[in-house]
Amino acid sequence: MITINNITKKYGSTQVLNIEELEIPRGQSFGLVGNNGAGKTTLFNLLLDLIRPTSGKINNHDVQVNTSEDWKNFTGSFIDESFLIGYLTPQEYFEFIGDLRGMNKEDIKTFLNQFEEFFNGEILGKKKYLRDLSKGNQKKAGIVAAMMGNPQVVILDEPFANLDPTTQIRLKNIIKKLTEDRDITVLVSSHDLSHVTEVCERIVVLDKGDVVKDIETSPETLQELESYFSA
Amino acid sequence: MIIRFLKLEWKEFFRSASFGKSLALKIIMAFFAIYLLVSFLSIGVFAYPFLKKQFPETDPFVLVNQFLIFLIIVDLIFRYLMQKIPVMSIKPMLILPIKKSKLVNYVLTKSIFSFFNVSSLVLYVPFAVVLIANGYNVAGVLGWTFFIFMLALCLNFINFLINKNNVAFGILLVVLAALWFSFKYQLFDVTSVFGNIFYAIYETPVLAVVGMVLAGVLYYMNFRELSKIIYLDKAVQTEEKEVKTSDLSFVNKLGDVAPFIKNDMRLIWRNKRTKTVFLMSFVFLLFGLMFFTMETYKDSEVMQLYACIFMTGGFALNYGQFIPAWDSEHYRMFMSQNFSYRKFLESKWYLMTVMTTVLFVLCTPYIYFGIQKYLLIVAGFFFNLGFTPLIMLFMGAFNKKRIDLSASGFGNTQGTSAAQFIVIIPVMIMPIIVYAIINKVFGFNAAVIAIAVIGVISFLLKKPIMNFIEGMYQKKKYATIHGFKQKD
Repeated sequence: MITINNITKKYGSTQVLNIEELEIPRGQSFGLVGNNGAGKTTLFNLLLDLIRPTSGKINNHDVQVNTSEDWKNFTGSFIDESFLIGYLTPQEYFEFIGDLRGMNKEDIKTFLNQFEEFFNGEILGKKKYLRDLSKGNQKKAGIVAAMMGNPQVVILDEPFANLDPTTQIRLKNIIKKLTEDRDITVLVSSHDLSHVTEVCERIVVLDKGDVVKDIETSPETLQELESYFSA
Repeated sequence: MIIRFLKLEWKEFFRSASFGKSLALKIIMAFFAIYLLVSFLSIGVFAYPFLKKQFPETDPFVLVNQFLIFLIIVDLIFRYLMQKIPVMSIKPMLILPIKKSKLVNYVLTKSIFSFFNVSSLVLYVPFAVVLIANGYNVAGVLGWTFFIFMLALCLNFINFLINKNNVAFGILLVVLAALWFSFKYQLFDVTSVFGNIFYAIYETPVLAVVGMVLAGVLYYMNFRELSKIIYLDKAVQTEEKEVKTSDLSFVNKLGDVAPFIKNDMRLIWRNKRTKTVFLMSFVFLLFGLMFFTMETYKDSEVMQLYACIFMTGGFALNYGQFIPAWDSEHYRMFMSQNFSYRKFLESKWYLMTVMTTVLFVLCTPYIYFGIQKYLLIVAGFFFNLGFTPLIMLFMGAFNKKRIDLSASGFGNTQGTSAAQFIVIIPVMIMPIIVYAIINKVFGFNAAVIAIAVIGVISFLLKKPIMNFIEGMYQKKKYATIHGFKQKD
């Protein structure tokens, strides 16, 4: 469970995020939407303790993220390509992350085997550095790395962007499968309303740092969101 | 149209990443550029009187002509290593309504104004002025200078035709070696053959036109070659090399820090700038040859100590000063992974101490220069083993400037801030002062021991010092993340 209490983030006098109270129960698939500058990435950065909140606190499974680092053991994330190490091959990168997450060579191999279809033969054994892969393939590697080491919380910022249609569909299935057992919490942000409504059971809309909508997904959600954003 | 291109060029220069640097750095860079130009200029001005004094029996101009061929080949080698055809800059223009021939002409014309060509002008024009002042035939000298400059342009275009072809480079080296050997062992009279050719230009200045024709032909060849390949999948494309992976599993014995060390080894080997740093640390080994033999430094033990610190510490100093900025591109990912700062810092520490030890072992032949010199090296080694890595890690906590690993290696100052200058005080100036004082009061042996002891004490205190450093990094975490995100 993730609880957000009175979190604000200000740069100078501009407030970019202001969330009074938000609770994400364990096992929920949580979607975050909003226009550019709404504060989606800021929220994720705060969750990962990459920036300091101006006020308030965030607890990730009872660990306050900016006072203890224990949350790192059970949280996997992929924000953007700066989460990749450009001069490694994907294989080496997975081994590195796997090492950090306490997996041995065999674990890593079995883990990666599950994603053979998702990789579509474009990631492993290609003799290329991550920095030389296309944006979409970089993203695939980053997303899979975020799921290494049995995390309890997976945070993905705009995972659908830059992916080809086939991979988008495969990613949706992967996310759905992750939350199937209601054990792993998945946080996803996206500009694509149809994807996010399809995989997330709950959708929060941010606008200029404020929560303006908090919806439990139903067949009407997509339409509701579309009319909100076209207004 | 050309004006518009030039405007773009102007903006590219003044808005480039390297220009947005701090004022201090700009001034240093400017000094360096001025230094180079002044050096060329003074060689141009003083070559004539110098040669006249050294070799009074030969005409200096003839002498210069005789050795010009070596200069030309060396110039070409330098160009091969450092000059690249600026073709990438036209990528955004390929889809605009501009004729391809115009783009190619632009790229080639632009290359004429490269540093290499300008510096040859700065070198030869003053030389020519001195010649005229010394009563040489004006028309002859002008023709000769023109010819030499055309030759520089020829080199410019030949280099593009060679275009990083290793075989051509090999041939160049062989030609240079062959010429040098035949000169050295008088196999055939290299100097007078080529000397006569260049002198003939002076005697019949009209012949200088040959140079222009040659440059024109080469320009045309480049033009044809380039026109054929300005496509995204040909010339206008960033290189992608096939990856060679090596098995680094032997590092696994180091336990916890192994993944980071493996990572660092790959970091160093797979990026130009870090690779340069790594290879340069072996070049620093040669400092000893210079400082132990040259008249100026032979008796100055302080200067020799300075050299010794550099010899074993070359890697720790040059790699260490940019920790943790080497990892700036993916620093945010590191900060969201479950590892302690300690392991990250520890891996860097291992790397620096291991390299220092390797460099120290490579210094063994310096025993040849006597036990006293070798003791200086040993003292420098202990200092670099214990003290340098820790101070580097400590200063690293203040590094907040991003380094783009894909950028080039030579002369790249990205990531430089005040920290890199301040660190000179503890690692370079402090030991020299300590040495000088103790040497004066207690003598050589005590001074050498004192330097080594600084290292040994730091080594023994590693644990508490590392605890302190770790705390510093943690405290500065957000600022560092923020700083590393800023692309300049």
